[in-house]
Amino acid sequence: MTIMRPYGDTTGDGMVQLSFTLPISSQAAGAKLAEGAAAQLANKMGMDPALVVHAKPMGPDFTFFVVYGRVHHLVDTSQVRVVEREFPLLTPKEVNLAIRKALRRRLVVVGGCIGTDAHTVGIDAILNIKGFAGEKGLEYYRELRVVNLGAQVSVPQLVARAREEQADAILVSQVVTQRDAHLHNTKEMSAAFRESFPAERRPLMVVGGPRFDESMTEELGVDRIFVRGTTPGEVASYLVDELVTKRRQVSTSGAQAS
Amino acid sequence: MSDRKPISTGTGPISTNGGPISTSARPISTRTGPISTRGRGKLELDPATVRTARSLARRVGRPIVTLAKQHTTVSVERATLRLAGLQGADADGIPWVNRLLDAVRGDVGLEHGVAAPVWDALVRGEADTLSTLAQKAAVGSIRFRLPEGRELTRARSAAKKHVGAGIRRVDARRRERDRLVKRYGDPDHKPWVYLIVATGDIYEDMPQAQQAAREGADVIAVIRSTGQSLLDYVPEGPTREGFAGTYATQENFRLMRAALDESSAELGRYVRLTNYASGLCMPEIASLAGLQRLDMMLNDSMYGILFRDINPIRTFVDQRFSRQVHARAGIIINTGEDNYLTTADAVEAAHTVTTSQLLNEYFGKEAGLEDWQLGLGHAFEIDPNLPDSFRMELAHAMLARDLFPRAPLKWMPPTRHMTGDVFRGYLLDGFFNLAGALTGQSILLVGMMTEAVVTPWLSDRDLALQNVRYVMNAAGNLHEDFRPAPDGFIASRARQVLAESIDLLERILAHESRTGLLEAIADGTFGLMKRPADAGRGLEGVARKAPGYYNPASEILEAT
Repeated sequence: MTIMRPYGDTTGDGMVQLSFTLPISSQAAGAKLAEGAAAQLANKMGMDPALVVHAKPMGPDFTFFVVYGRVHHLVDTSQVRVVEREFPLLTPKEVNLAIRKALRRRLVVVGGCIGTDAHTVGIDAILNIKGFAGEKGLEYYRELRVVNLGAQVSVPQLVARAREEQADAILVSQVVTQRDAHLHNTKEMSAAFRESFPAERRPLMVVGGPRFDESMTEELGVDRIFVRGTTPGEVASYLVDELVTKRRQVSTSGAQAS
Repeated sequence: MSDRKPISTGTGPISTNGGPISTSARPISTRTGPISTRGRGKLELDPATVRTARSLARRVGRPIVTLAKQHTTVSVERATLRLAGLQGADADGIPWVNRLLDAVRGDVGLEHGVAAPVWDALVRGEADTLSTLAQKAAVGSIRFRLPEGRELTRARSAAKKHVGAGIRRVDARRRERDRLVKRYGDPDHKPWVYLIVATGDIYEDMPQAQQAAREGADVIAVIRSTGQSLLDYVPEGPTREGFAGTYATQENFRLMRAALDESSAELGRYVRLTNYASGLCMPEIASLAGLQRLDMMLNDSMYGILFRDINPIRTFVDQRFSRQVHARAGIIINTGEDNYLTTADAVEAAHTVTTSQLLNEYFGKEAGLEDWQLGLGHAFEIDPNLPDSFRMELAHAMLARDLFPRAPLKWMPPTRHMTGDVFRGYLLDGFFNLAGALTGQSILLVGMMTEAVVTPWLSDRDLALQNVRYVMNAAGNLHEDFRPAPDGFIASRARQVLAESIDLLERILAHESRTGLLEAIADGTFGLMKRPADAGRGLEGVARKAPGYYNPASEILEAT
């Protein structure tokens, strides 16, 4: 059965609940008008009948409503399209476990802002233990060794440090976009890494920033681009997917072939 | 008014002439221990054990204070220039205090302090004002030198006069707060309700903060833009763009304080303002807070080291100076123990909170803060799926209350176990509020059911405040009837946590070097982070003081 309706207390009753605020006064004479306004919104959203069960004034200018009611829409699960992330999202525990089991050493991440960019907001949100959006940064992960070079790192410095630390991955953040600086810097970096490392030894190159386009990886010569709103957990999950899961698949299929 | 009210409405013994606060006039001697003056608290902790814990904290902290006294930092020196009245920035937005300090450092180094070379140049007539001097120095038209003999005496006395005037402005701001609190009054309830505002745009923040005050907030905190803690300068002017928060600048401080002064008059109670003295510029931000009459500042002794990878020595030096400023300005500090529990397990790591509170108390008092200024932090972060999780929360919260009976404890809501199920989150926040009421917390950061979902909506805030009001109205005085059984679960758990924290302090002392705390931080004793003393951000801004180092601000504040 792929067709369904919301379920209140009986199959097919279509009951839903909804809460919202309207910028309308419900004090004194305004109370009825406010409730009517809420019912109108619920009706327009497809709730019919709509029961305004709660209307509470919040200060002189706003009212908060809770509405229960029936919707007549049908859900057809055969028509649901889900855009899949190309890698599974893992918890910190799962990330640590995957690395420990597969690598038997810590995975090394070297990060920083290249060029003259002094905005470490992005790289710090991903790397600092403090983290971002309620998620801890990569420093929090026991099995990741994080080297955060901070701001204004030159490309040669980054290459040298990556070699010294035997980095598995490079994380670079670019916030400043004047005269496409973020694109030039990224190309310069990817060229330098490709030149300095044999392909199979080259660290994974990941860049991020608010003005990148996720689909430009090939043009910029990097392995992955992350855009605004990316959380540390997503980056960690990606690293595991690329450096642990996929490489193991490659090596096992290689073993079978030989 | 209840005699249990922990936050002194009087502001302690500030002398009317604006002179230094006498330490001997502290109302309560810390040496006899507050426990003895109020019985042993509800948990009936063994007074000898409590004394042991405090004396261990003192032994751990003292070498760090010695180390802090031996060093200065670029931010301490810039704060000194700010106290002397240097403001503004060049065309690129680099503050003049940075430009001037860099020029001085280039000529004569940091280790002698900025005061003598700067005021020597002024006395020599290189410029009429600090700001002209900074501009000339920035283009390289001034050579700084280290004055000697009579010239040194003259430079020092001029420096002390100017910096002293800045500190008197801080004193005047403190008296102004006292007057306004007297006029409008403190909240008539406890705990104080603390709400957060953060749009990134100060002109959006102001009406939002005023609305939050109308809805019942007693304290407004303006969250800073992500990453400001790692800037080695304080941005200038009013700002309208921030990342998940609003930049802390002197002008933003002034604008928001003025907005809340309007609210205080409108509402008939003094609405307090909070910001963050943390990160690389904490001494400067503390000074700006004092100059603009902020009322509370987040200010933790180790947060920057552990969570922001700021160099440990830089942090301890900056901490001590900023706490001296806060002490002088009558600002209540809020410490950051809640952060330990967002990274480590709240049951396993409970003792790290107590240990950090003891250290924060020691460092705070050493810097001149009084009990009523120590907003020691802790949080409701135990996994709600654990059996007896609420009893453990009560045990931890009550331990903090009994250990620090006169401190305005800051009680932080659940964040880690808020899942997006807003209904369950609302219940959890209700239990958080109840624990706060039962254990006499002083400052309650209002929990939002949409934590980890969205930045709070108008209705989220309204519902959250209803939650607080219901609990306080229904159970606000329940603490009068609530006394845990002496050998029951709560009392035993509290004793266990205290014992573990004593054990941790002993392990810190067992490190080989005298500054065992630095080694403990380096080997990952706190949180999960290993932070060696010779690494971390801002290390290049630290200098060991040379003989003859002079800083008039430190001199005046040390005497406070």
